[in-house]
Amino acid sequence: MKTFRIGGVHPHENKISAGQKIQNAPLPNQAIVLLAQHLGAPATPIVEKGTEVKVGQLIATASGFISANVHSPVSGKVAKIDTIVDGWGMKTPAVFIDVEGDEWMENIDRSSDIKPVCKLEPADIVKKIGEAGIVGLGGACFPTHVKLSPPPGKKAEVLIINAVECEPYLTCDHQLMMEHGEEIMIGIGIIMKAIGVNKTIVGIENNKPDAIAHMKALASKVMGVEVTPLKLKYPQGGEKQLIDACIGRQVPSGALPIEVGAVVQNVATVYAIYEAVQKNKPLIERVVTVTGKAVQTPGNFRVRFGTPLSTLLDMAGGIPENTGKIIAGGPMMGRAMSNINMPANKRISGLLMLPSEESIRQEPQNCIRCAKCIGACPMGLEPYLLAKQAELGLWDEMEQHHIMDCIECGCCLFTCPSRRPLLDYVRMGKNKVGGIIRARNMKK
Amino acid sequence: MNLIVVSLITLGITGCLAAIILYVAAQKFKVFEDPRIEQVEVLLPGANCGGCGFAGCRNFAESCVKAESMEGLLCPVGGQPTMEKVAEVLGRTAAAADPMVAVVRCNGTCTNRPKTSQFNGTKNCQIVSNLYGGETGCSFGCIGFGDCATACKFDALHINPESGLPEVDEEKCTACGACVKACPKQIIELRKKGPKSRRIFVSCVNKDKGGVARKACSAACIGCGKCAKECPFEAITVENNVAYIDFTKCRLCRKCVAVCPTGAIHEVNFPARAPQVEKEATTPNNVAKTTEETTNN
Amino acid sequence: MNNLIVSPAPHAHSGDTVRRNMLNVIIALVPAYLVSLFYFGLGAFIVSATAIVACVVFEFLIQRFLLKQNNSIGDFSAILTGLLLGFNLPSNLPIWIVVIGALVAIGVGKMSFGGLGNNLFNPALVGRVFLLISFPAPMTTWPRPIAWNSSYLDAETAATPLSLIKENGAEALPAMWEMFIGNMGGSLGEVSAIALLIGGIFLICTRTITWHIPVSILTTVAAFTGILYACDVINVTPLFHLCAGGMMLGAIFMATDYVTSPMSASGQIIYGIGIGIITVVIRVFGAYPEGMSFAILIMNAVTPLLNTYLRPKRFGENKK
Repeated sequence: MKTFRIGGVHPHENKISAGQKIQNAPLPNQAIVLLAQHLGAPATPIVEKGTEVKVGQLIATASGFISANVHSPVSGKVAKIDTIVDGWGMKTPAVFIDVEGDEWMENIDRSSDIKPVCKLEPADIVKKIGEAGIVGLGGACFPTHVKLSPPPGKKAEVLIINAVECEPYLTCDHQLMMEHGEEIMIGIGIIMKAIGVNKTIVGIENNKPDAIAHMKALASKVMGVEVTPLKLKYPQGGEKQLIDACIGRQVPSGALPIEVGAVVQNVATVYAIYEAVQKNKPLIERVVTVTGKAVQTPGNFRVRFGTPLSTLLDMAGGIPENTGKIIAGGPMMGRAMSNINMPANKRISGLLMLPSEESIRQEPQNCIRCAKCIGACPMGLEPYLLAKQAELGLWDEMEQHHIMDCIECGCCLFTCPSRRPLLDYVRMGKNKVGGIIRARNMKK
Repeated sequence: MNLIVVSLITLGITGCLAAIILYVAAQKFKVFEDPRIEQVEVLLPGANCGGCGFAGCRNFAESCVKAESMEGLLCPVGGQPTMEKVAEVLGRTAAAADPMVAVVRCNGTCTNRPKTSQFNGTKNCQIVSNLYGGETGCSFGCIGFGDCATACKFDALHINPESGLPEVDEEKCTACGACVKACPKQIIELRKKGPKSRRIFVSCVNKDKGGVARKACSAACIGCGKCAKECPFEAITVENNVAYIDFTKCRLCRKCVAVCPTGAIHEVNFPARAPQVEKEATTPNNVAKTTEETTNN
Repeated sequence: MNNLIVSPAPHAHSGDTVRRNMLNVIIALVPAYLVSLFYFGLGAFIVSATAIVACVVFEFLIQRFLLKQNNSIGDFSAILTGLLLGFNLPSNLPIWIVVIGALVAIGVGKMSFGGLGNNLFNPALVGRVFLLISFPAPMTTWPRPIAWNSSYLDAETAATPLSLIKENGAEALPAMWEMFIGNMGGSLGEVSAIALLIGGIFLICTRTITWHIPVSILTTVAAFTGILYACDVINVTPLFHLCAGGMMLGAIFMATDYVTSPMSASGQIIYGIGIGIITVVIRVFGAYPEGMSFAILIMNAVTPLLNTYLRPKRFGENKK
């Protein structure tokens, strides 16, 4: 069975919420819609206090090339445009909307009929995706329309669908495939048309045999779509790792996947593209996994952006007694939150509640130079060395040792027997070196 | 006898050969260096702290020798006396500079600023500030893991275990600026040391609106602007909900300290306040005199 | 609700610890230890137990009174050093020499560099080589292996196969099979190739070590001695060299010491090849009958250089 060639680890899967039907979360009384739900510059609001909005109405436009539109996920009246403190204690701009009823924009098709035919031209498809504010729902939130517009001179050869869901605990993509497989297949067809390729590989890890069988059955009816089971290994969902696993090509250091002719899209993004192109529905909701070993009813919930996260936590039976850490995302790359007064948004794919005994790190010991971090690093870097260099502030040396290739997957820290905080330092060094490189490029 | 002669001759020949090789190599690879660089370097403190903005004392010395004038060249550690000596060697005049000192602008002690989360990871300010806003409700304030103390080459900065904030040892601080660069929150500032080390500064950088800032920290600057109105020298500006005292304009009259509702403005090294100190003083010298008088009384 | 805990990702850990890795190596040494107890009996027990106890005590004393740091006995690395030191000594060695060896191993080999993780040389080998140079006579008289032996200092002595070929050529060598199971003279832990191989397979299966170092050492030795055998420089087969002396113990347990071996796979292979070549050169052309420990120490010194020049293969380095 295929997998990527360098490094990788095997964390416990803990897919507790697997097989749980997607439930709709209730509408909030007040929706707080973040303006920075994507990578890049925050969107510019085009509504003001008192504006009446409908579900799906554009409320903020992309400001810059790498940015994305934001639509109202609810109907009602704009209460104010202000900043809120997000889950990480930082201020971020948001539009507050008092919810009244649930009135949708007229052009959105809310029926459950499946529309298989798309007659749009490739350029129109990309434009429509951009207008719908779609971003990569795998976690990075990179605006999708940018990714679907390859730079001049580059030609995509193959579309790779990331249905790996290699993060432990998370099951939202898995459940989405089981419930909306047909829509996803149509979405794949739309993307293939948009970027002009005739081959698609759907990569699914072999811990989801039901999804593999389901998608294989559906793919057999579609020309050029192939479902590839992948051997369970983290971080297979990393873009570069997935390309290596599916087509055996390695993206060179510092280059984009298009360099090897690949375009990667997350399966949830594909579903959002289907809805946007075929049903005119912008990205206003997503499926979120709420899980944890002590959680009463872990599950997968479809939630409108702007709904407080506490609503989701309540739907899963509330926060368990001894919860020490609440993580937005999975345990390997998710961010621990310092408070939960934050609304759902495009970025959050899961909420994981860890009991306090699993939340505390053990004291680090001396590095015993066992080289397990090197063995685990999927990018072939030397985490032990980079961490030491970051500690000492040797930024130039870090750059020489390819620090910017680090994908921050956490394999090094996961595997270190001495419990050294390798990734803490590596990430800090990557930030520093990234800043130095940007400053240098500015000067040129 | 023979043995001694032979060994003497062989050793002598080897020695001569080595000397010739060394001489040739020394001539061939000789690098001309301005002798003044050496002279200047001797005068410098040799701490290689980088406070001057150059990579170490040697580099600074080279820059001094190459530079047209002494403008902008200052060794913060050696201060004015050192720069005068350097200028003498180079036959120029040193630029005038006031002595400076590092000032920590945060009031967020454990009592003023309650914790709202608990950080469990590498105790490094840079890492925390990349990750999130910090353990308290104030995302602008001191993180307290001591990146500044680690950066200080002169043992002048230490985290006070009781307040959790760094404290500057004025005697040891050379104003090299290493801590300013190390602090990810830009809390530490180099300010004029002031006559008799007396200075006044706003000990807060919180840009939140008053209510929010106050909720997070009871000693935060809430940007009310009372100090700015009170200041007779227009030294205080309020921008982004936080007041800032321009130390070039401040005449140390201490009026602002009295009106601050949260106690965010600090005065350092002033004698205890007697009831009639608030006479208007026009120059720092006058202030010094007045205070001396009061102490004498 | 209590304050939430915040830490940087990842929030999961494999559960691996230094102690578990050390324990795995100790477990892997058990078969070889049983064989040595069978052949060398009481002497093997006394020497190895002394080495372990002395190493642990010295580590504790040095950390407590000299370095004034928290003790790290709990990571089992001192126990492992003691066990490996014991494995490298003849089973009829007087206790006081063993204690000196432990002091050098821990005091000079490990603690003077700053403890576990910072030492340049394998501590057990530092101890052994110190003893070999300081006490050449007791370090090179090995007891004859006798099943269920109960003698210690007064044991009947025998030469190792390697010293036999140094002195008399290929006469009076034990049979190949005897050597494979460990019925030959030698240091107490090095005699049984089969038991050490079982331990090595255990280590590789538990991912405690990777295959690179042992395989490259053994392959190099086999290839090099094979060439020499084919050219009639030596008159024993490569198989003899693989089973004789400390080859298996060194290749599987001593050279793979985490701290002193290179980090990258390519570095580990070069390191293994280096050890193989130096060992054979010392064995065949040198004055000492055995060269494994010297070879490992020499390559330990080269390790930092290998770490600098041989980097792991980066992702995307060679396009396919």
